[in-house]
Amino acid sequence: MSQVASRPVAFDRRAFFQRFGLVFSFLLLMIALSLLSERFLTPANLMNVLRQATINGIVSVGMTIVILTGGIDLSVGSVLALSVTVGASLMKQGTPVGLAVASALGIGTLLGVINGLMITRAKIPPFIATLGMLTVARGLTLLYTQGQPITGLPATFRWIGTGVVAGIPMPVILSLAVFALGWVFLSRTKYGAQIYLLGDNPTAARLAGVPVDRMTVLVYAISGFCAALAGLVLVARLDSAQPIIGQGYEFNAIAAVVVGGTSFSGGEGGLAGTLLGALLIETLNNGLNLLNVSPLWEQVVKGVVIALALLLYKVFSPPSK
Amino acid sequence: MKRSIVYLLLAFVLVLAACTPAAQTATQAPQQGGEITLGLVLSTLNNPFFVTLRDGAQKAADAAGVKLIVVDAQDDSAKMTAGIEDLINKKVSALLINPTDSDAVVPAIQKANEAGIPVFTVDRGSNGGTVVSHIASDNVAGGKMAAEFLCKAIGGKGNVVELQGIAGTSAARDRGQGFNEYMSTSCKDAVIVAQQTADFNRDKGLKVFENILQAQPEIAGVFAHNDEMILGAIQAAEAAGRTGIVFVGFDAIDDAVQAVKDGKLAATVAQQPAVMGQMAVETAVKYLKGEKVDASIPVPLNLVTKDTVK
Repeated sequence: MSQVASRPVAFDRRAFFQRFGLVFSFLLLMIALSLLSERFLTPANLMNVLRQATINGIVSVGMTIVILTGGIDLSVGSVLALSVTVGASLMKQGTPVGLAVASALGIGTLLGVINGLMITRAKIPPFIATLGMLTVARGLTLLYTQGQPITGLPATFRWIGTGVVAGIPMPVILSLAVFALGWVFLSRTKYGAQIYLLGDNPTAARLAGVPVDRMTVLVYAISGFCAALAGLVLVARLDSAQPIIGQGYEFNAIAAVVVGGTSFSGGEGGLAGTLLGALLIETLNNGLNLLNVSPLWEQVVKGVVIALALLLYKVFSPPSK
Repeated sequence: MKRSIVYLLLAFVLVLAACTPAAQTATQAPQQGGEITLGLVLSTLNNPFFVTLRDGAQKAADAAGVKLIVVDAQDDSAKMTAGIEDLINKKVSALLINPTDSDAVVPAIQKANEAGIPVFTVDRGSNGGTVVSHIASDNVAGGKMAAEFLCKAIGGKGNVVELQGIAGTSAARDRGQGFNEYMSTSCKDAVIVAQQTADFNRDKGLKVFENILQAQPEIAGVFAHNDEMILGAIQAAEAAGRTGIVFVGFDAIDDAVQAVKDGKLAATVAQQPAVMGQMAVETAVKYLKGEKVDASIPVPLNLVTKDTVK
C-alpha cells in the first residue's frame, strides 16, 4: 500500500477498499481464464505472464510517478528506442557491456531531464512537451539506425533478458526490484510526500516549500530512466534493437497506471495498483492468445474486460469526497 | 515565457532547414523526336530495395532502347511532387511513380493526367487520380508459396500456427488469404491450431508466440506475415527450449536471410525489386506502343531457403 505516512487514516481505508476492488477484478479474470483454458493455471504459464509483464511494468513505474504529479509522459516508447539503439550499437562496436548499458540508461535519463526542462522552463504543458519528445526521439532513432535493426548482442548482456536465478527469470527479478525501489521512494522518503502534495495541489506545494521545478524534472528523469531500463531488458530478450521498438508503449503504460487506480489529476494512487494493473493487462493478453481469440475480436474483448474491471472496482470503492 | 516558445520554434525551423538537402534530379534532357522517355520517381534511394528496383528498370529500358530519367524523392512528399512536376514539364512519355505516400501523391498524378501523360504506380499505389496500371508484388501468391513450402517441410501433417500482421492492412489480408487458401485445399492433414496477430513487430511476435507455446504442446510449423514476427517467435522457441519447429517468414530482410544461413529460419518469401522495375518499364513501353495492359500487374515472388540463399 503506497500512501504517505502523513496522510489521515480515512484515506488509507478508502485506498484499501479501492485496491481490494482491483484485486477482486483480477481474481475474477484468473478464475474465468482457468475455467476456459486448462493451460492457463500452470506454473510455466504464470511465470510466462510475469515475464511478459516486466517490460510494461518497469515503464509503468516511471509513468505512475509522473502521473502522480499531475503530469503525463507520452515519450516513453521513443525514449526507450533511442536509448537502446545507441546502447546496442555501442555493444556491437565492442564497448564493454557495463559501459554500453550505463550509456543507454544515461540517454534515457537525459531525455527525461529535457522533458522536465521543457515543462518547467519553457512552461510547455506536459502533454505537448512529451508529445514533441515522442516525435523527435523516434526521428533521431530512425536517423541513427538508418532504419536498420541492430542484431546479435553479447551473451553477457543477453543474460539480463534470458537469465534465470533460483528459478526466477532475470527480467522478473529486475522489475520487482524497480517496483520495490519506487515504492520505497514514494512512501518512505520525503520526496514521495512532496510528489503527492505536488499532484494534489501545486500551489500548496509551492507554499509548503516543495522545490516544484526540481521535483518535476526529477520525475521525468525517473520516467526516462525506467523507459531505458525496460528497453534494455526487451532488447536482451529479443537479441535485437529495431528502429520501431517501443512504438505505442506509452498507451500500455498509461493503461496499467489508470487501471491500477492512479488518478489522472495527480496526487492519488500508487505503485501497488500499477503492479496489479500491469499484471491484469498482461494476463488478459495471455488469455486471448491461449484461447486463440480471433484478432478481429481481440481489441473489442480487451476493451470490454478492462472496462468491466474498472466498473467492478468503482462498485467496491466508496465514493471519493 | 512566450519568447522561449518562439525561440524553440525558430530552433526547430533551423534544424529542419539544415536537414533538407536539395533533391537530386537527373539532369538528362530528353531527346525530342519519336523516341520514348520514361520518368521513374522513387520514394527513396536510401533503401537497397529501391536501388535494385532502379537497376532493374534501367536494364529493361536499355534493352527496349528507351530513355529513363530517375528522380529520388528522399522519402519527402514535397520533393516527390516537385520531381513529378519537373518530369511533366520535360514532357516525358510516361511516368512510373513509387509514391512516398498514397495520399500525398494524388495532386501530382492529377496534374500528369491533365497534361495527358500516362501514369503507372510501382510497389505502393495511389489513392486517387487516373493510373493505367499498378505494378506490385503479389502478396496472395507469396502467402500460397509459403504455405506450399511449409506443408512440404512438415510432411503434410501436424499443428501449424499463423502469426498475422496488423488486422485490416492489405499485406496481412493478402498474405493470410494466400496461406489459408492453400492450407485448406492442398494441405488438409495439417491443423491450424492458432491464428493470432502480432502487429508485424518483433517484440509482439516474441510475446504472442510465448503464449501460444504454452497453449500448444505440439507445434510442427509456423508462418508469419513478416520476418520481424517470425524472428521474435524464433527467440521465444529458443528461450523455451522448443525444437523441431519449421519457421517461415516473409520479406527477406537482412536479419531473416542471416537466420536462414544460420539454419534457424527455414524460409522467407522475397520480393523481387529488380523484376518489379523491369516489369514496370516493360508495361509502360507496351502501353505506349498501343498494346493493352492490365490494371494490376502482379510481380512474382521467390523463396529464400538454405538451398537458394546467397
